[in-house]
Formats: sequence, C-alpha cells, structure tokens
Amino acid sequence: MDLTIGPNLFFWEASQVRDFYAKIADESPAARVVVGEVVCSKRLPFWQGEIPVAVDRLKAAGKEVWISSLALVTLKRERQLTEELIDAGAGIEIADLTALAYIPAGVPFSVSPLINVYNIGTLDWLASRGAARICLPNELPMESIAKLARAGKERGVAVEVWGFGRQPLAISGRCYHARLHDRIKDSCQFICNADPDGREVDTLDGEQFLAVNGVQTLSCATSFAGREIPALLKADVASLRLSPHTGDMVALTRAFDAALKAGACTDELEAAARAVAPGGQLANGYLHARAGAEWVDA
Amino acid sequence: MELVCPAGTPAALRAAVEAGAHSIYCGFADETNARNFPGLNFSPKELAEGVAFAHKHGAHVLVAINTFPRAGDETLWHRNIAAAEAAGADAVILADMGLLAHAAKHHPNLRRHLSVQAAAANADVINFYAREFGVKRVVLPRVLTVAEIAAINKETPDVETEVFVFGGLCVMAEGRCSLSSYATGQSPNMNGVCSPAAQVEYVEEGDQLAARLGDFTIHRVGKDQPAPYPTLCKGCFTSGDQVGHIFEDAVSLNAQDILPQLAKAGVTALKIEGRQRSRSYVAQVVRSFRAAVDALAAGQPMPQGALAALSEGQATTTGAYAKTWR
Repeated sequence: MDLTIGPNLFFWEASQVRDFYAKIADESPAARVVVGEVVCSKRLPFWQGEIPVAVDRLKAAGKEVWISSLALVTLKRERQLTEELIDAGAGIEIADLTALAYIPAGVPFSVSPLINVYNIGTLDWLASRGAARICLPNELPMESIAKLARAGKERGVAVEVWGFGRQPLAISGRCYHARLHDRIKDSCQFICNADPDGREVDTLDGEQFLAVNGVQTLSCATSFAGREIPALLKADVASLRLSPHTGDMVALTRAFDAALKAGACTDELEAAARAVAPGGQLANGYLHARAGAEWVDA
Repeated sequence: MELVCPAGTPAALRAAVEAGAHSIYCGFADETNARNFPGLNFSPKELAEGVAFAHKHGAHVLVAINTFPRAGDETLWHRNIAAAEAAGADAVILADMGLLAHAAKHHPNLRRHLSVQAAAANADVINFYAREFGVKRVVLPRVLTVAEIAAINKETPDVETEVFVFGGLCVMAEGRCSLSSYATGQSPNMNGVCSPAAQVEYVEEGDQLAARLGDFTIHRVGKDQPAPYPTLCKGCFTSGDQVGHIFEDAVSLNAQDILPQLAKAGVTALKIEGRQRSRSYVAQVVRSFRAAVDALAAGQPMPQGALAALSEGQATTTGAYAKTWR
C-alpha cells in the first residue's frame, strides 16, 4: 500500500499552490499526486498556470501524476476545459463521467471517489474502458472495500481508499460560500478563497458538523483511516488517498509512510493527523459501517 | 408533454392513472430504489397488476431501480430488473453504470432511462450514456437552468429529457450526496433513504422543539410553530456570525408557472416527486398538472394557483431553473 496526494479541493493563491507542490515533490514520500481543479471552474483562471509547473516538478521528482477533471460539468466552457485535459501532460482522473466521454479507448485513466463505484459490476465496466486506478467513494464500509479491492487486484485495477482529509459529501449547482455572503454564484467575487480549508458550519448547539467550499459541502470532521491500516493492508488496498489541507502535509505523509512500513497506526501518525485536521476532529465511522461523522475507537 | 407521476402503493398507482397520469413510476419494496420507506412500494405481483391496470388505461409504468448495488449483493438488483421486464414494465430507471451495462446486455429490449441519481448534467455525458448503454431518456439533475436544459436538448437528438416540476427538492446533485449517511449511516445511494425517519427525534426544550437527525440538531422552532421534517440540507445551522438555512430554506419545488418555458426548451416529460405521498395528494397534484399540460397543448393560459394548498403552507421555489437561485 502506498500514498496518493489527492487534488486540492480548496481555492488557494497561486503562490501557495506552487509552494505546496514544490514541497510535496521535494520532501513527501507519496508515490503519486493528483492535481487539477475539482470544485469550481470559476477559480481556475487564478491558478491554472500552476498546473503544468506542478506536473513537471512532481514528475521530475519521480512522482506519478494525474490530473483531475471537474466534479460537475454543466457549461460549454467546462466541457471544453474537460476535453482539453487530454493534452495536459498527465493521465486523467475522472471526477465526472463526462471526462470519460473524451478519453480515447485504450488510454488508461483514474477514477475519483466522486464517481459512484459501489460494486463489482461498475468496477468491471470501468476496467473494460481502461480504468487503471479507482479511489472508492467515502461512504463505503470496510466489507465493500475488501470485496472491491480484491476484484480490482484480479483485474489489474489499483483500488484506493480515502485515508485523510475533510470528506467531500455533496456538490451542488448553488454556491454556499456566495450564499453566506448574500451573493449568488454569478457574482461570488471568489469569496471561497477566504477559507483555505473550507468554512465551518455548526449545528444550533454549536457542534461542529459540515464545512462549505463553494459549491461543495464537506464534512467538518477530518476522515482518518490510520487505525484501520492493518485491515486495509489485509484487504489488499493499493493506496491511501490524503487530501490536501493547509497544515503540514509533508509531516503527515511521512508519518503515514512510517505507519505503513510498520503495518499499523502509530502515535506519531495520529498526532500528525490531529495537527493537520482543521478543527482538530477526526472521524472514521464510514469504514465501520456507521455514520460518517463518528469516531470509532478501533 | 408527458406527465410522469409517483406511486408508492398500488392504490396510488390506480389513483394517478385515473387522475390523468401519462406514466407512473414506482419501485420494488426493498433497497433497490431511492424511496425505500417502510410500508411503501411494490411486490413483483403488485407491479404486474399495476402494469396491467395502467396499460388498460393507456398509461405507461417506469420502474425505478436506482440505488447503487452493494458489492457482492448485485443479484437482488439484477433480479428486480428481470422482474420489471417480466411484469411488462415500459422502462427501468437506472443510475449505476454496472447495472446499466447488465441491463443493456441481458435485457436489450427493456427500455432504459437514466435516473436523476446519475446526475448527468451536460449533452456530452448524456450522449455518452446513450452510446454506451442505449439510454433513451435522461432525468436531469436539479442543477440546471431552463436555458441550459434547452441547450442540452439541442445537442442530444436521440435522447429524451425528463425534469422534476413538483415536490421535494434536492439542492445537491442527486446521487452524489452523502450528507445523510454522514449524519446517520444511511444514504440515498446505498440504502435508498435520505434523512431516515428512524433516526429523527423531536425533543422538547422548554418552549422550543428541536428536531434531531442522528446526533445532530437540524433545526429548532417555537413549540407552537409548525416543525418541518429535519431533512439535512433544509436545516438551520450557524457559520461564523450567520445563523440560518445555509443550504436551502424549508421549501419545495413548484415549476408549474414555467411549464411553457420547459416545453419550449424541448423537454419530453415532467416528473412529479413524491412516491411517499398519499394517494389523494398524488391524485390532486396529477389532476392539476394534467390540466396545465392540456391547457399548454391547446395554447390556452396556465390555470393559476391550484397547487398552493398542496405545498402545505410551505414556500415554493423554481430552484435551479432560475439562474439567480445559484
């Protein structure tokens, strides 16, 4: 089992993006990195120029690089952007099935956790189309993960599981960041860049609950699969996906790497996870077939 | 335009047909459909009887098998597709790629519609579903404006579109939302339920009533006020110094006023949400929409206001159909 840095889901300054990937390239033990804009095409012009820079830098450092499509493609401009990914110099990770419509037969692709792969029939169909990697949806329990990882292994598809990060829970046509500022999506003034780890939404009791990131809704608690490393290894899961946050992702990947080598979670890993988790709260409920917000003391 | 109406029970199916539905959609009484509620839905025998009744009255029956099969248990979903065909259903409504491939291969003559749960939101992906799986109709996700729907119809000549016009309103792209399982462990995709009633609790707190879902308070109202069902995305939350309905107010969809625009946009079918609703509710909504559709076809003005009472005093919205909603 190795480590994949997922695409950054948030709207960061271009300079921050550049520094992040330079650091990952130079210092992180992650085997692969997925770059690209997943959430909102309106943000892309602000940091688009960093994508080829990151791809080159990461490749030069020996990382496998993929580029993600948008998660929700509706506009003509977004269809065009998605089609142009073919020429971006890295394999495509499909986050909306639209991207697959543009990938020529036989060209391998990766599948984002935002694509609904819940069963072997779907895994088979994607494999027949050329899927090389599939990161499973977050809400799957370990029992399903084990079945899908085994099926993937038999078919030469690397099956990946969400290992760390606020979990993407929903995507909408409506921008909640804009709505929180009494604006609509068309006049958002790019306000989601004020919250580089998402804007927290609490219950009326003041309990942490969700986080909004433009048109995306995330969990407030950070999903962390450290305690489940032995079970994930046993299930033959190929990789753990770590989703970028503003905290020290290099320290986190190093701690994950050490834990994978040890075959189990370590105190250092859990401390690193808590340090990076925005809001400090961890969750692993989905892996245990419980509510995703729960923390199971496994 | 074709009016596609919900039926959670055989009685509701008959009521909808008699009220003027052109098509009925329904599901089997298990987790293979996205309204897997206790006491609802059809056995294979009830479906066959329902299909016979509908066909006798010139109506069609579409069977929703639109959750995502659990790994290792695909047989249940496959069996239901076969049962729908055996019952004489006019189409199945599917979302899962594996199921679509299965149905295309093993039931090539059974018409396939793409469920809203697949969230196919542009012409390229719709044509892709048509090419790969022979999909004949797509139910559009509620993230599109009328202008975008019109543009899609121009570019998808071989695929019909169906849009929601009345009832509950998802504010997220359907089939891509796990808010419910995050709070409760049960989701539309896996279990066919959203914000399940079994995990709802109303708690009296002095002169207030809190509605909880799983471990989370979704809203709180004065004890004498109406307490809406705690659907997660319609809840009241706080963020920074803001308190309110961060995602959406407690509203439901009513697009009756924009039926002429939807017709002009090239929409084939209009869908009414509410398989969990009573048969009298369904009959009333169907009658009202049938009158509107007939008036539209005859070039007469839209009948006004007939549905206000059915929205239960709730505010209604045209949702994403208007660009400013976003």
